[in-house]
Amino acid sequence: MDMGLVYIAGALMIGLGALGAAIGVGLLGGRFLEAAARQPELVPMLRTQFFLVAGLVDAVPMIAVGLAMYVLFAVAG
Amino acid sequence: MASEITTSEYIKHHLQNLTFGQKQTEIEPGVWAPTGEWGFAMSPAEAANMGFWSINVDTMLMSILLGALMMWFFRSVAKKVSTGVPTGSQNFAEMIIDFIDDTVRGSFSGGKNKLVAPLALTIFVWVFLMNLMDLIPVDVIPQIVMQSAAAIFGVDPHHVYFKIVPTTDPNATLGMAIFVFMLMLYYSFKIKGTGGFISELTLQPFGKWALPINTVLETVTLLSKPFSLGLRLFGNMYAGEMVFILIATMYGAGLAMGSFAGLLQIGWAIFHILIITLQAFIFMVLTTVYLDMAHQEHH
Repeated sequence: MDMGLVYIAGALMIGLGALGAAIGVGLLGGRFLEAAARQPELVPMLRTQFFLVAGLVDAVPMIAVGLAMYVLFAVAG
Repeated sequence: MASEITTSEYIKHHLQNLTFGQKQTEIEPGVWAPTGEWGFAMSPAEAANMGFWSINVDTMLMSILLGALMMWFFRSVAKKVSTGVPTGSQNFAEMIIDFIDDTVRGSFSGGKNKLVAPLALTIFVWVFLMNLMDLIPVDVIPQIVMQSAAAIFGVDPHHVYFKIVPTTDPNATLGMAIFVFMLMLYYSFKIKGTGGFISELTLQPFGKWALPINTVLETVTLLSKPFSLGLRLFGNMYAGEMVFILIATMYGAGLAMGSFAGLLQIGWAIFHILIITLQAFIFMVLTTVYLDMAHQEHH
């Protein structure tokens, strides 16, 4: 099996996953700051929602990163 | 005695579960055949070829131990609960239970179901404890297990594998997710009735005439729930542990690199505390939300 392709595949999975997560959490952070600026008294509740949704946004990218690391280290070694 | 192991061997060693199953021998390169006796796998290749009937002993051991620890803690608090002067542990337990109760009350509106809140508490505390094992430095527990196995059973320590974080094993996380999926199906059939649930699966977004498209869409959505629930926890924990392992490989490279790795490890551990609680919290909230969706009566 050509090892080079495995590394490229792993890199793509991690890179695209990171791209998606960065855009998602960036937008989320922006909206969070807008809402916090508009209603500062809601910040505690907003913060928990922010972390919850950030975790959900990160779900698929982290699955991709997890599988990429599995492929890179456990398969290619 | 310790031969100079390369980085990838070190990483592979730390990624291998302690697998118990039918022993395999390699007849020709790449062809494995069972030897008929049961035992622990001595190499990652052998563990991989043990097939379905093999069990990751370290994952099961750690998760059962942590589950027992959790139950013992809550039982000991419940036994000596006093309305007068609450002890420290009682305050701590009450804090967790109130936190879970508010969250479940917020996201579960499916009416009288006495299972959801205790299930949410169990999932949150148990998954948190399992994730917490990731903060223990990578080599501590595996070294103890390796040396004790070598001392007691006289096994070559290089072939003793032990992963202390059960949630970095997809079997564990997908196992929990499948259990939640079974609960979802049980309550869907129980509350909505077979007809209600089937109609929800087939008549959903586009109405009656687009039945095949509906069915495909709805079943994919239904099946993606447990799959993403399980793999999200696995992905986060596996990536987190991988970073710890990579940092650990830096310790062998001299004092300067080692001390820098020490700083990295502390920084990543602190950040990982957030990830650990967040993933346990998300697993719990999503379980509650999925069960709540299963309880939705159709008008």
